[in-house]
Amino acid sequence: MPILEVKNLRKEFDLRTSFLAPKKKKVAVDDVSFNVEKGQTLAIVGESGSGKSTVGLMVLNLLKPTSGDILFEGRSVADYAGADRLKFRRSIQVVFQDPFASLNARMQVLELLTEGMVIHSLGASPAEREDKARDLLLRVGLPADALRRYPHEFSGGQRQRIAIARALSVQPSFLVLDEPTSALDVSVQSHVLNLLRELQGEFGLTYLFITHNLGVVEYMANDVCVMQSGKIVEHAGAEALFDEPQHPYTQRLLSAIPSADPTQRKLLTAGAGDV
Amino acid sequence: MALLEVENLRTYISTPRGIAKAVDGISFKVEAGKTHAIVGESGCGKSMTALSIMQLLPEPGGYVDGGKILLEGQDLLDLTWTQMGERRGQDISMIFQEPMTSLNPVFTVGNQIAETCVTHGMSPRDARSHAQELLRRVGFQDPAQGLRQYPHELSGGMRQRVMIAIALANRPKLLIADEPTTALDVTVQAQILRLIHSFQEEFGTGVLLITHDLGVVAEVADTVSVMYAGEVVEDAPATELFKNPRHPYTRDLLASLPSRQRRGQSLEAIPGTVPDPASWPIGCRYANRCRRRFAPCETIRPTGIPVGAARVACHLYDPEIPVSPTGRRGLGEEGEATSSREKPGDASSPTGGQS
Amino acid sequence: MEKLFANDWFLNLIPILVIVVLVWSIARARRQPLWAEAYRRLGRNKVAIGAIVVLALYGTVAVGDSIGWRDSANSDRKTIVDRVFSRTRERTYSAPMAAETNGEAIPYKLTAPGTHLLGTDSVGEDVLFRTLKGCRTACIIGGFTTIIALPLALVLGLIAGYFGKIVDDTVQYVYTVMQSVPDVLLLIAIILVLGRGLPQMCFALGITSWVTLCRLIRGETLKHRDRDYVRAAKALGASPYRIITKHILPNLLPILVISVTLGFSGLVLAEAVLSYLGVGVGPDVGSWGNMIDGARDELSRNPVIWWTITSASLAVFGLVLALNLLGDALRDAIDPRLRSS
Repeated sequence: MPILEVKNLRKEFDLRTSFLAPKKKKVAVDDVSFNVEKGQTLAIVGESGSGKSTVGLMVLNLLKPTSGDILFEGRSVADYAGADRLKFRRSIQVVFQDPFASLNARMQVLELLTEGMVIHSLGASPAEREDKARDLLLRVGLPADALRRYPHEFSGGQRQRIAIARALSVQPSFLVLDEPTSALDVSVQSHVLNLLRELQGEFGLTYLFITHNLGVVEYMANDVCVMQSGKIVEHAGAEALFDEPQHPYTQRLLSAIPSADPTQRKLLTAGAGDV
Repeated sequence: MALLEVENLRTYISTPRGIAKAVDGISFKVEAGKTHAIVGESGCGKSMTALSIMQLLPEPGGYVDGGKILLEGQDLLDLTWTQMGERRGQDISMIFQEPMTSLNPVFTVGNQIAETCVTHGMSPRDARSHAQELLRRVGFQDPAQGLRQYPHELSGGMRQRVMIAIALANRPKLLIADEPTTALDVTVQAQILRLIHSFQEEFGTGVLLITHDLGVVAEVADTVSVMYAGEVVEDAPATELFKNPRHPYTRDLLASLPSRQRRGQSLEAIPGTVPDPASWPIGCRYANRCRRRFAPCETIRPTGIPVGAARVACHLYDPEIPVSPTGRRGLGEEGEATSSREKPGDASSPTGGQS
Repeated sequence: MEKLFANDWFLNLIPILVIVVLVWSIARARRQPLWAEAYRRLGRNKVAIGAIVVLALYGTVAVGDSIGWRDSANSDRKTIVDRVFSRTRERTYSAPMAAETNGEAIPYKLTAPGTHLLGTDSVGEDVLFRTLKGCRTACIIGGFTTIIALPLALVLGLIAGYFGKIVDDTVQYVYTVMQSVPDVLLLIAIILVLGRGLPQMCFALGITSWVTLCRLIRGETLKHRDRDYVRAAKALGASPYRIITKHILPNLLPILVISVTLGFSGLVLAEAVLSYLGVGVGPDVGSWGNMIDGARDELSRNPVIWWTITSASLAVFGLVLALNLLGDALRDAIDPRLRSS
């Protein structure tokens, strides 16, 4: 059974500015369906406005779908109530794109990492929670003295690691990663990607990877969904997608990726990226 | 004579913690009609370089400490503020990364394009029709309508096109593009790069492209300077740089990119971090992260050494530095950088086999 | 309650408590690296230091006028300011450092010539003394009004901003209605109902001035609500209470501090205006507003009696200026850090 099943997900946003204006809505996500198997990585690829981040927020239950269903481990997310809802929060965690905006600037790293533990009553005492936090930091490659420091004292890559450590602090089985490396330098990206790959192997995590960076998709993903204007236009295994893209939009997208080989320039030739 | 020649530029920023040497002695050339890219990661000084050329350094604190910036032979640093003002928008133009904040939200697009024309001598009426023509040229379907639009009504890609229109309105000799496509989707990026290129072909403009994206560099650049920690570590024609990356940083950077070939394996991430700009180390600034560092790296600052078609600031290529009897292994780990882009012959003996 | 306020020692305790709380919170905030950076920046700003010194002076006088004791069981309670600065009452007006009265057909010799640095008012009261007494009133108005207005604005602003929809609509409705009544008229109405006096003034100002603060807090809460770090906290399972108190509120503090500092000066001015209109704290409480109000007659006399209004105006000006300069300096000290990070 797939760990995550998304069925006919739809999200409409109400664009009315005041109560009395005529109804105007924007369909951000239109009939999106996909499954993710445990331990695998599904990448959702698309450009801005494609709805990929909105899908991520709905999977996390941070945004209510207009219609459609999300089943986690066989149960509908909408059905969760009370204690189950808290348990759901433990199982699915998130890493956002902007490592500065996603960490509360006024909290020390220790507090950032132990907050989840406090909410879910993990760890019997503050000392025990601090020990766990220290372990998490070391696991993501940060020194233990970082516990008492604040986010702005760290670089982007380090902050992203803190965000990953925070996500892991509640021992989730599923991670939604919304452009986790897009705001990072190239040399830092590779560290973070390595870390994510190792963690996936070590903890058996399932990833929903939202990104527009096709190089990362090539490297990390098992399956890929390509989204355009709220719909999934293509869904295929990663290698199949890159070898033989079926949908014209996918082809256009792939043709617009710069290749790191000056002898094979294609961007400056007419047609790349155009309709 | 090159269109733009930068010689030993030093731009410093005075901060409460000391003087940060953001740009510490760099040199490069931009030829007319060609694209020179400066590529590097955040903090390497590439944006500061662009701002130094335009004389738009952040105040207070930023200042040019020395060097020359020669535009067609004339040193821009010698000019007064007014004289430089005449140059900006006329001979040199710049486009920036964030189209959201580079355009004034309270003026129409047409107004902003016309403004630069009028500043440099055109009559308002001519400026308006010129603006409309420019909008057509940069890809607006309805240029007359476009003139009346405000920046917030346009998408990121359209705004960047407007920026290009403003920058190229007066047919400048040099265009500086600071991360022009970083904030844009990949398909829009392709369109914008093509647009810049088409202007370049039509007007013979020299383009100085600042970016962190090696893919973009490979696609559009003729020559490349790789910057790290305020210095140019490698300068080469684009084809040469990607075929034969020489400086360890360039190689490590190319080797660390995620790709299909590396599925299932660890990426070769560069260890360590960039040193603090307020206190650069005395020797090579990449030494603390370089796999191939050896004795002179910690204490002697490398200078640009010609190697083939490139210039590399690395002791490994210095014919005058003796190597130990066992080869170049000094401190640092054993082994070559195992980049798949490396040509076998080149990596093993950068000193040409001299002992 | 009445008995409590009649107790001398209790009255002396209050200002001491206030000082202690103030000093403690400043010292405690200093330990947090984020605030320490702001302090450092503030320390480098000479204007800010000057403003703080001036405010400390005002504060000292206010405290000095709050701590007092009785010489004997039946005498009046005299504060420190009373003891140091009170001067013999004269017959009537006299110019600063003059030897005789002013404004009478036949001038009288003053009982204590040369002791009235700023002259005397219509009942012969030393003007400097009156000015100093007004200090405490101004500080109390600024301080206690804030204590009334702040929690109201905070709670309503936070829930309106965070929960949105009907809660937001309700709060907005409430404060929009309140704002649609002109401030001064509303204040006059409230005071006429409650009567004149210091506590009544604080109450009236408190329930009319919470609106601006509430708007600000609501706006800031809205801004932070959709930030990634709040989403991340929600994803962790944090309850709305936790998010509001542990995440959003600490991020609002800098703006609040700046806003309260600047608001304080507005309140001081409001008291002056209300006293001028005749609905101030009442004649038995020393206040700058009362002094300015009295100047209406004084300025139309011949020769003009200028020292009362000048003294009161300068006192108001000094406090308001210092507060505004400090507020600006705080904004500079706090904001660039937030922006650059």
